[in-house]
Amino acid sequence: MTLATFAVTDTYYLVLAAMIFTIGAVGVLTRRNVLVMFMCVELMLNAVNLSFVAFAHALNDITGQVIVFFVLVVAAAEVAVGLAIIVAIFRRRRHATADDLQALKG
Amino acid sequence: MNARDVLDYIGIVPLLPLFGAALLLLFGRRIGEPIAGWIASGLMALAFLVSLVMLFSLLDLPAQGRLQVNQIFTWIPAGTFSVHVGTQADPLSITWILLVTGVGLLIHIYSIGYMHGDPLFSRFFAYLNLFAASMLILVLADNLLLTFLGWEGVGLCSYLLISFWYHRNAAAVAGKKAFVTNRVGDVGFLLAMFLIISTYGSLEYTSMGPAAKIVGTGTSTAIALLLMVGAMGKSAQIPLHVWLTDAMEGPTPVSALIHAATMVTAGVFLMARAYPFLEMSHDAMTVVMWIGAITALLAGTVAVMQPDIKRALAYSTISQLGYMFLAIGLGAYTAAVFMVLCHAFYKGCLFLGAGSVIHGNGDNQDMRIMGAFRKLMPVTAIAMVVAWLSIAGIPPFSGFWAKDEILVDAYADGKYGVWIIGTIAALLTAVYMTRLIFLTFYGNARFGDAFARPDGAEAVPVVSGGSDEGDRGHGDGHGDGHGDLALADDPFADEPTVKFDEPPRPDRLHGHRPHESPGLMLLPIVTLALLAAFAGLLNLPIGNLDFLARFLEPVFHGVAVPDPTRSQELTVEGLSVLFAITGLAIAVMIYRHGLKTPSDDPVVDKLRPVSTLMGHAYYWDEGIGAFVGGPGKAGSSWLDRVFDQKIIDGAVNGVAGIAQWFSRIASRVQDGYVRRYALGILLGAVAIVLFALLWAGR
Repeated sequence: MTLATFAVTDTYYLVLAAMIFTIGAVGVLTRRNVLVMFMCVELMLNAVNLSFVAFAHALNDITGQVIVFFVLVVAAAEVAVGLAIIVAIFRRRRHATADDLQALKG
Repeated sequence: MNARDVLDYIGIVPLLPLFGAALLLLFGRRIGEPIAGWIASGLMALAFLVSLVMLFSLLDLPAQGRLQVNQIFTWIPAGTFSVHVGTQADPLSITWILLVTGVGLLIHIYSIGYMHGDPLFSRFFAYLNLFAASMLILVLADNLLLTFLGWEGVGLCSYLLISFWYHRNAAAVAGKKAFVTNRVGDVGFLLAMFLIISTYGSLEYTSMGPAAKIVGTGTSTAIALLLMVGAMGKSAQIPLHVWLTDAMEGPTPVSALIHAATMVTAGVFLMARAYPFLEMSHDAMTVVMWIGAITALLAGTVAVMQPDIKRALAYSTISQLGYMFLAIGLGAYTAAVFMVLCHAFYKGCLFLGAGSVIHGNGDNQDMRIMGAFRKLMPVTAIAMVVAWLSIAGIPPFSGFWAKDEILVDAYADGKYGVWIIGTIAALLTAVYMTRLIFLTFYGNARFGDAFARPDGAEAVPVVSGGSDEGDRGHGDGHGDGHGDLALADDPFADEPTVKFDEPPRPDRLHGHRPHESPGLMLLPIVTLALLAAFAGLLNLPIGNLDFLARFLEPVFHGVAVPDPTRSQELTVEGLSVLFAITGLAIAVMIYRHGLKTPSDDPVVDKLRPVSTLMGHAYYWDEGIGAFVGGPGKAGSSWLDRVFDQKIIDGAVNGVAGIAQWFSRIASRVQDGYVRRYALGILLGAVAIVLFALLWAGR
């Protein structure tokens, strides 16, 4: 098997997307730092984006790529709001670990 | 415009006083005294004139066609069932509107004099007009539900007028009592309507004849008896009679108009309207007849013992209403209506006369400190004597004809039991009325300084001789404003009613002499006395002079009227006259000289302990009070403690407690750690994906 004959199929992209998504999910669940959790959420989002593009290519349907743009826009907005919240938390407290934020506990 | 078109406008009759009530309630304070009274009276006069027009229009029609129903609009449309607002003009309703507007007008005029100086003068007339409007709606309605509207309206006005002087505790309590007692009767009325709706489906009077035949004897009995429960409440029949005597706390014109002449006869009207159900049911008629007979007898025995002039008249009213129901139970509807008319005249006259007596002697109602008023109040005395002879059943006055028609019907019908009771009650009527008249107008003077002196028995000429100059001087100022007469040294100023076994009241004349009432009050008294004397002409049992019977015959079409023979009539009439004169003679003998001292009434003293029982009205009222106040209250508070607080509140609080317990556990899930929430979301997402792959995808 030569390098030339080694074809990267869509499956590779989907596996990569699943791996990135898992890394992101585990990161969100295990890390306490809010900024890191944020980056993990971004990882999950982009993993999904990757799978969308992969499917769009595989199914020969442009809709998947269009969806990606929507996700990017939403992610940008989410980041803006999320960072604003983090800044607000930092102003009030020393730390910004997620476990400190229990004020809304039932 | 033919007669039927005119009769379609009969709805104007209740609208006139209704307009007056609205006007006086809105602007009464600005209109003020005495114009408010004249407006109210003027509208009643107009209503009376319209009623007369209606009478003549009705007489224009052929006898069997004298029925005109006008459905004005649909009140309650509910699928196949609907109720109209409509008027029914027939001899029965026309008779009643003439009575209500005629007697009502006289009592309105009387009230202008009687209520003079009262701070709530115009409101009184607003209530009187509202009462007249409600009563007219009651009798002109073409269906039971609209009658019920008027029925509740008169109940409301009765309440408002009994507690008119609401600052007196007794008046406020009496108003509530009347209201509550009437509600008990109304339950019967309502249930009767429900039963008619569910079995037949129409509440209209014109459909009652076929309705009674369709629903059958059993249901008819139930309907008739339930309506009778309503009638017992409104017409103060045993056992729901307790409110009427307490209703005497209201101003005397109210006692005359509502609690003697008109409202209390609403029950008689209802039973007469619902006669098809009675005719279907022999049992219901028997019950009605015996309730009437027992009421007539027992109330008569109580009336003999009362020291209070108004309470005596109130028990007399209950007794006379008993006669009317006795007649209804016999199927002698015409006789009942005749009795209603005559009773309205003589009892109206007696009550207005009593009001004049009370007004003229410092708001005192205790007959034991009256006496020898005939020279001080000559007009009132003569009018009341006429009414007395009428109610006592002395021919040729109206009461004789009315009462004897009932007794003759009972005898001819073979109901000897009620006939005997009725005759004994007639004797009692003569006794208590004679006692009332003699204690008030004849015998010795037992008021003021006349009695304080040792030669009190001879004080009569002194009082009568000097009656002129003193009376006129304070005549107007004295009877003013019954509420504000309260003087610091008079402990009874707020409790005019004298109950049995109370010691005689102190004199309230403050040195003045009893005086005759102003002409405005005497005019209605005299008019009613004339009517009481001659109303017998309406329905003489001789030849074809029985105008009222022939007038009402189309209403009670197909009712088998007892047809007494000439000899039966003469026997019964002879016996009743004999009994009436006996009763009269007994009372005259006992009370000819008045009372030796105000505190000993010979009949009361001699008949102990029976008189105690009678004077307390057989302890029925007091028994109810004791029961409700004792075991009733204890039972209620037990129910409150155990059933309400433990079971009802317990159930409610228990449900709330369970929810609280569950949420306390469930709220532990929300511990505030974002990662746990995220884990939850993730697990949920995984679960959905697994479900989609493993189940839904199959």
